[in-house]
Amino acid sequence: MELISSSIVSLTVFLPLIFGLVLLAMPADTEAGKKLLKTAALAFSLVVFLVSLGLYGRFDASYVGFQFVESIPWIESFGISYSVGVDGISLWLIILTTFLTPIVILGSWTAVEDKLKTYYFLILALETGMLGAFVALDVILFYVFWEAMLIPMYLLIGVWGGKDRIYASMKFFLYTLVGSLLMLIAIFYVMSQYKAQFGNYSSAILELYKVKTAFDGFWSPQTLLFLAFALAFAIKVPLFPLHTWLPDAHVQAPTAGSVILAGVLLKLGGYGFIRFAFPMFPQAVQYTAPVFIALGSIAIVYGAWVAMIQPDIKKLVAYSSVSHMGYVMIGLFSLNHLAVAGSVYQMLNHGISTGGLFLIVGMIYERRHTREISEFGGITRIMPIFAVIFMIVTLSSVALPGTNGFVGEFLILLGVYQVHKVWAIVAGTGVIFGAVYMLWMFQRVMFGPIRNEENKNLKDLSLREIIVMAPIVVAIFVMGVFPNIFISKMDTSIKAFLAQINV
Amino acid sequence: MLALILALPLVGFLINGVFGRRFSAKIAGSIASAAILGAFVISVSKFFELYSMDESSRVIEQVVFQWITVGDFSLPFVLRLDPLSSIMTLVVTGVGFLIHVYSIGYMDHDRTPPKFFAYLNLFSFAMLALVLGGNLPIMFLGWEGVGLCSYLLIGYWYEDDAKASAGKKAFIVNRIGDLGFLVGIFTLFGLFGTLDFVAIKDVAAQNATTVSIATLTFATVCLFIGAMGKSAQFPLYVWLPDAMAGPTPVSALIHAATMVTAGVYMIARMNFLFALCPTTLMIVSGVGAFTALFAATIALAQNDIKKVLAYSTVSQLGYMFMAVGVGAYVAGVFHLVTHAFFKALLFLGSGSVIHGMHEEQDIMKMGGLKKYMPKTFLTFAIGTIAIAGIPPFAGFFSKDEILWNAFSSHHGLAGTALWGVGALTAFLTAFYMTRLTCLTFLGAPRFDAHHTHPHESPNVMVVPLLILAGLSMVGGFIGIPGHSWLAHWLTPVVGPHSAAHDSMEYILMAVSVLIAAAGCGLAYFIFVARPEIAAKSAKQLAAIRKVLSNKYYVDEAYDGLFVGPIKKLSVALWKHFDVKVIDGLVLGVARVSKAAGEIARIAHTGELQLYAVAVVFGLIAILGYMIYGINL
Repeated sequence: MELISSSIVSLTVFLPLIFGLVLLAMPADTEAGKKLLKTAALAFSLVVFLVSLGLYGRFDASYVGFQFVESIPWIESFGISYSVGVDGISLWLIILTTFLTPIVILGSWTAVEDKLKTYYFLILALETGMLGAFVALDVILFYVFWEAMLIPMYLLIGVWGGKDRIYASMKFFLYTLVGSLLMLIAIFYVMSQYKAQFGNYSSAILELYKVKTAFDGFWSPQTLLFLAFALAFAIKVPLFPLHTWLPDAHVQAPTAGSVILAGVLLKLGGYGFIRFAFPMFPQAVQYTAPVFIALGSIAIVYGAWVAMIQPDIKKLVAYSSVSHMGYVMIGLFSLNHLAVAGSVYQMLNHGISTGGLFLIVGMIYERRHTREISEFGGITRIMPIFAVIFMIVTLSSVALPGTNGFVGEFLILLGVYQVHKVWAIVAGTGVIFGAVYMLWMFQRVMFGPIRNEENKNLKDLSLREIIVMAPIVVAIFVMGVFPNIFISKMDTSIKAFLAQINV
Repeated sequence: MLALILALPLVGFLINGVFGRRFSAKIAGSIASAAILGAFVISVSKFFELYSMDESSRVIEQVVFQWITVGDFSLPFVLRLDPLSSIMTLVVTGVGFLIHVYSIGYMDHDRTPPKFFAYLNLFSFAMLALVLGGNLPIMFLGWEGVGLCSYLLIGYWYEDDAKASAGKKAFIVNRIGDLGFLVGIFTLFGLFGTLDFVAIKDVAAQNATTVSIATLTFATVCLFIGAMGKSAQFPLYVWLPDAMAGPTPVSALIHAATMVTAGVYMIARMNFLFALCPTTLMIVSGVGAFTALFAATIALAQNDIKKVLAYSTVSQLGYMFMAVGVGAYVAGVFHLVTHAFFKALLFLGSGSVIHGMHEEQDIMKMGGLKKYMPKTFLTFAIGTIAIAGIPPFAGFFSKDEILWNAFSSHHGLAGTALWGVGALTAFLTAFYMTRLTCLTFLGAPRFDAHHTHPHESPNVMVVPLLILAGLSMVGGFIGIPGHSWLAHWLTPVVGPHSAAHDSMEYILMAVSVLIAAAGCGLAYFIFVARPEIAAKSAKQLAAIRKVLSNKYYVDEAYDGLFVGPIKKLSVALWKHFDVKVIDGLVLGVARVSKAAGEIARIAHTGELQLYAVAVVFGLIAILGYMIYGINL
């Protein structure tokens, strides 16, 4: 079919950055100026969200391949181009990104008071970086966005973070950088192989998919290349045992940073596997899959166990991410249709529910300036609206049927079980331990008598905070009850993805 | 419109949950009761619609919407009413309605009645989804949904730590079972490629000779593990006694009449699979029989009125599993129905006592309440006779049906053993229930009559008691041996199998009546006629009593074996593995590079921006090498 050629993708990607630059030019010395700045940031991010919905509206669910493709030569001698496009998988990750950005902007309304301009600029610049990575159809372009994204995130943690923010942001930066350098080397190798096989350079992913790299067990180019990519993506996911940067980064990051980190940045790891590592190295994927399934299953249980005994709520949520993202990994590596669909869905779920949990943690932190679980107890009585919302997000996190979490976990476990029974059962114990750490934490924070005098006068959620949480709550139920709205748009792309690997 | 049966309670939940903040117990309770009454009325009309249909085609089906579709895998939200689910629907909405009405009185002085009624309606919705769901995932949705409501309602008075903990325990223990259920679902999907009950039945029938019985046995055992959690069977029963922390109507509705029977229903629903797996059936009946006896012994030594009833429930559920485990699905469902009547009655009666005694639950601080609350006493006594198995009350028929089926089951000698365990349990049941009734209502008061003024409950609570008492008296007539309407009604779902009737049945029937009478008589003798015997034997049996009243120390064992070690291991993993090993390695790498960096110190200013620039140039250098240099 004939695709409408336009630049809607580029518009979505760069609009946030342009808006961010506008913010930098605005005066923000007075109170009124600050308020205007915040309002403008919110309005801009909403515009971006609306523009991205245009992608959804014009997306053709039955079309195999990328839509809204734009391609402009960039460094022609190496076949590098600015080419972007969207398929059913990236579509939802884009919308997740544009959905969460206004939420975090409204969420940081009162939490952030200094260097406002830079703060909102960085959030919008980060949005451009993330969106760029999701739409890039050129591996070098992807790499540029992938690295560029690090800088605003590094600054958000390093400037607006908690007391150990320098350590945490350095750890985050170096961990990620080390991982991606190996990937870059692998990219160059694949490009040179392409040249050897096809006579010219190209870094377009659809071209690179065609490259044949020798595969012969572990010590063969394909496996090593795959592992180079996998290292970068696994760090980002993060896959056990490469996860230790995450708790530190989360605990030190400001709320907005945590939400974006958990909600979107981690997804780039999963997305990277889907878009680059899997289709380029299908044999290596099948060869190494058992190891990754084992690691993913261990991550689910390990993350849950370590989350259980955390004294700090935010760290608990951070470790729960390790557990939840483990599901994404086992689903992808099972190469089972149901499980892969579940994994993509789980990425969206995790963005919603863990994003929601970080917002919730931020809300009590703003009130009490502590996140120690032992400081709380009996909060339900004082903050009933907060309690209801917290409970709903908790239930989403424990994957109760009717919420979004169930659809993802069920499809993943159902699919993985058909391929790797034992690991599916190991992973399945996450169903139990997930309930343990979440409900135990919830009980200690929300139930029981009010033990701490300081909690007696806490205010329930303000209207602004309710508006922040409302879209999350709605998404939890809509995605839990009507998952077909989402799956129907991604299924064609998932089929195509699997066809690439099962050759 | 089957969906309406579910939709009404859901609407009730939304009204009370969203707009109900200022509603009184009367308003909130009326809304909730109206919702469930509506569901009951529709259920009745649907029942008659089913009744008027041809026996072989008694199914009403409605596809509400497409829930999950991935490729060829399609999971519609389909509801299905057949003879089995129609019985369950009637019990859930009928008994449920009475309990809703009763709660209007019981929760009158509560701080947040709208919340309570919202949860109760939500529970009804989930339970009906469990019952009417046409495929395993919808059943699972209801299964987890009722678990959620159970959690919320056990911990309803959340400011009490013990109650909040009891709720959490219920949820987590149930989740252990739920994992079993899930694995069962996954295995069945692998075997049959579908999750729809009817489709599974068809595929199983077509491939009856080729399907792997070993795999099917594994699947059914997994499903039974789910049932063990939900229906409180050994070793996953530990949450149910603690669940008594919830308001008493909750104990009646969720932890006696409906939710806890879900496991029995599930096995009856998939009888065609369980019937193919003799090993599974052996496990089911064995676990059921053991649990029945085990819980009954604990009930002997409990002094909390609700705890006695809780262990009694565990024990009665054991009977039901014993029944389905010997393939007597009708008997299992029959006991499920009669138990719903008399156990709801007993729980509501205990609630009336607790209400009248101003929140006192210790039967050692009661006695002689007959005088103060005659209607409660009368109905409670009827419930006791019904559960004890005295004819012609409801429990007699259903329990006897189970005992007879156990005896005549194909297990041979095992059948006699099962019967023996069942009969012994019947004796204990008659004994502890009579003890409970006597200590509560008869004899001299053991409370301070100057400070405590027990009173009869208001009509809104008494009328449901009377109706349930009536049902406990006549409910058994739906299953008269030899002329069982229920067996006939359920034949399209569970098949015509039923133990043949012969003279042995009547001999055993006489024996079990004698056993029940003996249990009741002995208890009456000890606790009313000669209370000094009770005091004396209590001293002599102190050691046994201690073990029983501490429930065989099972909770303590679980704490020591699982909870404690996992917590310790988690701490060790975090503090040693995460922080020392992994981070140690990462930081070690960093330190090595730092040491190397010392040599090239001049080039390093410590500014990240500069590193970034260096990285970019480095990349360009590598790029150059890759392109112009050797191919690896």
